[in-house]
Amino acid sequence: MDAIFLQILNGLDKGGAYALIALGLTLIFGTLGVVNFAHGAVFMLGAFCAVTLNKILTLSQRIRDESVTFFEAYKEVPYLEVWFGETGSTLIEYSVPISILVAIPVMLLVGLAMERGLFRFFYNRTHAEQILVSFGLAIVIQEIVKAFYGANPIPQAPPEIFAGSANIGAMLGMSEAIVYPWWRLVYLVFAGIVIAAVFCFLQFTTFGMVVRAGMMDRETVGLLGINIERRFTIVFGLAAVVSGLAGVMYTPILPPDYHMGMDFLVLSFVVVVVGGMGSLGGAVAAGFLLGVLQSFAAMAEIKAIIPGIDQIIIYLVAVVILLVRPRGLMGRKGVMET
Amino acid sequence: MKSIITRRGLLKGTAAGAGVAALGSVAPTHFIKNAWAEEFRNDPTNKSAITLGFNVPQSGPYADEGADELRAYKLAVKHLNGEGDGGMLNTMKPLSLKGNGILGKKVEYVTGDTQTKSDAARASAKRMMEKDGVSMVTGGSSSGVAVAVQALCQEMGVIFMAGLTHSNDTTGKDKRRYGFRHFFNSYMSGAALGPVLKDEYGTERRAYHLTADYNWGYTTEESVKNTTEALGWETVAAVRTPVGAGDFSQYITPVLNSGADVLILNHYGKDMVNSLTQAVSFGLRDKQVNGKNFEIIVPLFSRLMAQGAGDNIKGILGTTNWNWSLQDAGSQAFVKSFGQEYGFPPSQAAHTCYVQTLLYANACEMAGTFNPVEVIKTLEGFNFDGMGNGPTEYRAADHQCFKDVLVVRGNENPSSQFDLLQVVQQVPRSQVEYDPSIFGGELGPYKA
Repeated sequence: MDAIFLQILNGLDKGGAYALIALGLTLIFGTLGVVNFAHGAVFMLGAFCAVTLNKILTLSQRIRDESVTFFEAYKEVPYLEVWFGETGSTLIEYSVPISILVAIPVMLLVGLAMERGLFRFFYNRTHAEQILVSFGLAIVIQEIVKAFYGANPIPQAPPEIFAGSANIGAMLGMSEAIVYPWWRLVYLVFAGIVIAAVFCFLQFTTFGMVVRAGMMDRETVGLLGINIERRFTIVFGLAAVVSGLAGVMYTPILPPDYHMGMDFLVLSFVVVVVGGMGSLGGAVAAGFLLGVLQSFAAMAEIKAIIPGIDQIIIYLVAVVILLVRPRGLMGRKGVMET
Repeated sequence: MKSIITRRGLLKGTAAGAGVAALGSVAPTHFIKNAWAEEFRNDPTNKSAITLGFNVPQSGPYADEGADELRAYKLAVKHLNGEGDGGMLNTMKPLSLKGNGILGKKVEYVTGDTQTKSDAARASAKRMMEKDGVSMVTGGSSSGVAVAVQALCQEMGVIFMAGLTHSNDTTGKDKRRYGFRHFFNSYMSGAALGPVLKDEYGTERRAYHLTADYNWGYTTEESVKNTTEALGWETVAAVRTPVGAGDFSQYITPVLNSGADVLILNHYGKDMVNSLTQAVSFGLRDKQVNGKNFEIIVPLFSRLMAQGAGDNIKGILGTTNWNWSLQDAGSQAFVKSFGQEYGFPPSQAAHTCYVQTLLYANACEMAGTFNPVEVIKTLEGFNFDGMGNGPTEYRAADHQCFKDVLVVRGNENPSSQFDLLQVVQQVPRSQVEYDPSIFGGELGPYKA
């Protein structure tokens, strides 16, 4: 029972990341009709916003290790700690949450630049061409990040208060053995808040209403004198922000490296397909569902029955969905259907 | 101009030609050093330079390690050509190299990108051997790549001096006559760790293995399991994890309730960084099980990778082939050359690649030829010293180097950004030696 509870938590946590990336992907597909393979790179760029801010906050005074003579070896003491003592240390400790504030404008700009600088020229092209160009863009972004930061993962610590594990079992009156990292719980809550915020934005604002109308019937909205293109451009930026924030908050869970976006991209695409291309609710539901399924499939008891199931479960579900219900769990009728 | 052939001229020319041919057939060969016929691939005897092929990961997850390997190779070439301070040429014993290239030929090189993929690595090595005319291929940061390229080199008749490869298979069941490994292997890691684990954690432990689902992972798991079970430890479970899983939480949570008090992470590179980081975040290191502190072990450590794990590496035991902090003359000479050239210390990958290049060059010089058959025979059973890790032997039976192995611990209190691993014990070579027949495999013929 404890193991099942923990695997549900794992699945929800993982699903949170899938859902956030898939949400951006499906938002772009639903509004602009673009299949954006560079979206994983956007997730990675978000993570590197956190890395960059951390590097800035930890700019350090170098104290040379005199015992090493063949090259410069030194111990680093961040200037913030030297100048501001405890306050400086706290700032550094909270660099990941602070990065959210930095990532929002940066990722918005990244999204707008991608849409205006590249994707708008491919709106009327085939999906195959869109995939090729966005994949190419993803590789370019990856290589740029690698040139600056190298190929190795760069660890990011959560604030000390969230560093350990929560004894959830004791809290819920269950087994003491049920512990779960605080930061993963924070991530789960954060994913829920961002998803809710995006839905509220689209559901309860005039801007969101126009976007939803545009997703239903772009031409009619245009005929009403509304500049739907501009709104869709902003939606592209919004999708980049959502994905970027997912990346920022994921850094203490998975030390970021230049390739992390690619690792998530394929899975997130499967999530979008399973949820239904262009369906926001579908993306979120499929994200959590596939996350939980993936976690259960990794249990030794399941693997003993079907070896290797943990590596194929997501794709197996996608195949079944595409065969039985090509438009996905919550997709619009006609999308991906002949 | 009109050419006129006369009867007298033709006779004179024929007679002169026959004379030269006759002289050639009776002249003793010692007048013509290196008088080997062109009977092996890419013979550089009639060229002014010898070309070496450095096949390293320049892209992909091990690109940083590959970049360090390449730095070491360039440094080795420099030293072989008599430039720089000579590095380990000042400490290597026995030494036949003279600092004038190899057998008087300038050393040149070409590079390739393995991408840490077997097919890409083979394609790159093939291009080097067929198009660039390399006399030796070296490099790599993965056992899968090493085994694949080594087999190709055997077919092509070109010597392969493996880079970083730790699987038992490289010099075990997949060993080849044309392949040589200086790096240590999984068996040696297990054998070196054993006594230290006994001293530190006792003989009544319950171990849980998370193992990378490929060749290297299996051999490491097997080797460490054999060692720990011989100590009296019980293996609770050994779970295979997909390579590049990213999030290992679904594999780590079962450890919490398994009754295990030791987690052994048979992971390398990014997988090691991720699984270790996540295991620590699940509170495993703060846990008490069976009345003992929960411990994590990483059988193969790398300083470059340790950087990625940050503070999580502190206090964790593992093994490494070499570390820049070693104080022997050879290590110091290499660290000095490398440090002055690049401004930071070399990694274990850089060290093994540098040494491999020098060993190949020295063997050519000793054999007096580039003929791979003679070079192989020279390397087989070659005993040397002054290259770090103490006296070393290239065992003839499996082409595996035998030398001291380092058991290290993540440094709790590093004095600098490079001071990540603390050497706990330099385990003597005799403790990590084994019978070459235990892994099976055949070296194959000398003639490719």
